[in-house]
Amino acid sequence: MNVIKTKFRLYWPLIKSLQTALLLITGLAGFMSTRCPILNWTTTLQVVGSLFLAISGSTILNMWYDRDIDAKMPRTQHRPLPSGQISSREVLILGLISSIAGIGWAIALNPLYGLVVFAGLFFDVVIYTIWLKRRTAWSIVWGGISGGMPVLAGRTLGTGHIEWIGIVLALAILFWIPTHILTFSMRYRKDYASAGVPTFPAAYGDHVTQIIIAVSSMIAAVLMIVAAYGIGLTLGYLRLMAVLSIGMLLLAIGSATRPSERVNFGLFKYASLYMLSAMILMMLVV
Amino acid sequence: MKKMSVLDRILLLVTGLLAAYQIVTGIGDAPALSAWAYTIAFGVLLVAGLLLIIMGFEILDSPWVIIVSTIIPLSLSSGLIAEYLPQITIPYLIFAIAGFLAIVYTRLNANTPKKTATIVLAAIHGIAGMLIFLLPIILAAQGTLPGGFALVGVGGALIGVGGLLLAFLKAGKPILPQKTILTLLPGLLLLMTAAFVIGFAAV
Repeated sequence: MNVIKTKFRLYWPLIKSLQTALLLITGLAGFMSTRCPILNWTTTLQVVGSLFLAISGSTILNMWYDRDIDAKMPRTQHRPLPSGQISSREVLILGLISSIAGIGWAIALNPLYGLVVFAGLFFDVVIYTIWLKRRTAWSIVWGGISGGMPVLAGRTLGTGHIEWIGIVLALAILFWIPTHILTFSMRYRKDYASAGVPTFPAAYGDHVTQIIIAVSSMIAAVLMIVAAYGIGLTLGYLRLMAVLSIGMLLLAIGSATRPSERVNFGLFKYASLYMLSAMILMMLVV
Repeated sequence: MKKMSVLDRILLLVTGLLAAYQIVTGIGDAPALSAWAYTIAFGVLLVAGLLLIIMGFEILDSPWVIIVSTIIPLSLSSGLIAEYLPQITIPYLIFAIAGFLAIVYTRLNANTPKKTATIVLAAIHGIAGMLIFLLPIILAAQGTLPGGFALVGVGGALIGVGGLLLAFLKAGKPILPQKTILTLLPGLLLLMTAAFVIGFAAV
């Protein structure tokens, strides 16, 4: 029993539980917002299971591939893999099993849904992590596209085809990603520099980065409201969504015009809360 | 600066949820201008509550706090005027917008004496606060609206108390010790929002 507990304690950080949970919620929101035609709990649980395995698998494979740079960054060097508490072979096997199981389950549920889930994993692991992350700061675009796949997958499963609302939601997440990632890379700029990972603040400076954050926040907020309208949220909920969006936009503008560590990290946290709230609204109130 | 406790965060979260509820449900058959004004007021309450939870009481150091917190009484009072005293809507809106700009100017212009900034704030906050306090109570007492609507007035009184505590704290002449004010603030915000929500639901 103790061995299982110890293994679980070491494995759990490998999936970045908060990030995985947020992505899982976007996928679930995409599916539940379709009401196809009424909510089916068996399918819903299968969406949760397949997405959890695929997203966790992709995160574990990223951790495995990035173990060398994680070991150079103070923020990540205590993680189980770079600190040598688990072997890299063990992590690779776990990542592959989780990814294959997640994608296999998704394909069994619906081939088109499975294809979108696979695309998310492929963009994240192969294009973003292996190919571009260490070469260009623009790799986050691919990270963003990958981040938009769970919600698109959820909508695709619910409607049976790839439709405009799913694409708009995926784009909203793509444009939300800079708010999330760039504020983070500004906070931990020394870590990324010491690991040699190119970031927007290092490549273009803080001011340009903050302007990109403000503009992308605005686009994300507009896209989210358009998608919410398309899904059929009532006027009251659209008002609430608009209020939350304006809050994020004002914070982004504040971060661009009066930059400070506090506002910057406040924006990072607000952006996560915003995405969570928007997804919960889409899940529960259509 | 006082560290935010778990209880503070829970109180602020409930405040935010109440404000979100009010934004979603709207207020009866309020005219468009009132509906917008109420949405702005509760929207500011919601976002301010979230920012307090995320960034802690340190956010109160920002000069923008006073400016943003003035939006709540000004927009709520504008909404009430547009709904229940429509004949003075335009003059009141002019007062609200001019007052807001005056507060922005005196708060952000470093050359403005602190005393002037405090007087401008107290006058504009005071008028808006008195309107929110008195108008619902008078309307409820006259029987024009249900008795429960008087709770909006109670919310107005609480917002006045909160506004004054914060204004004098920011002016460097706190009425109560800073720690006491920050301990009271989340509860005060929750009571105020609850009074508004219950009061408006009575209409």
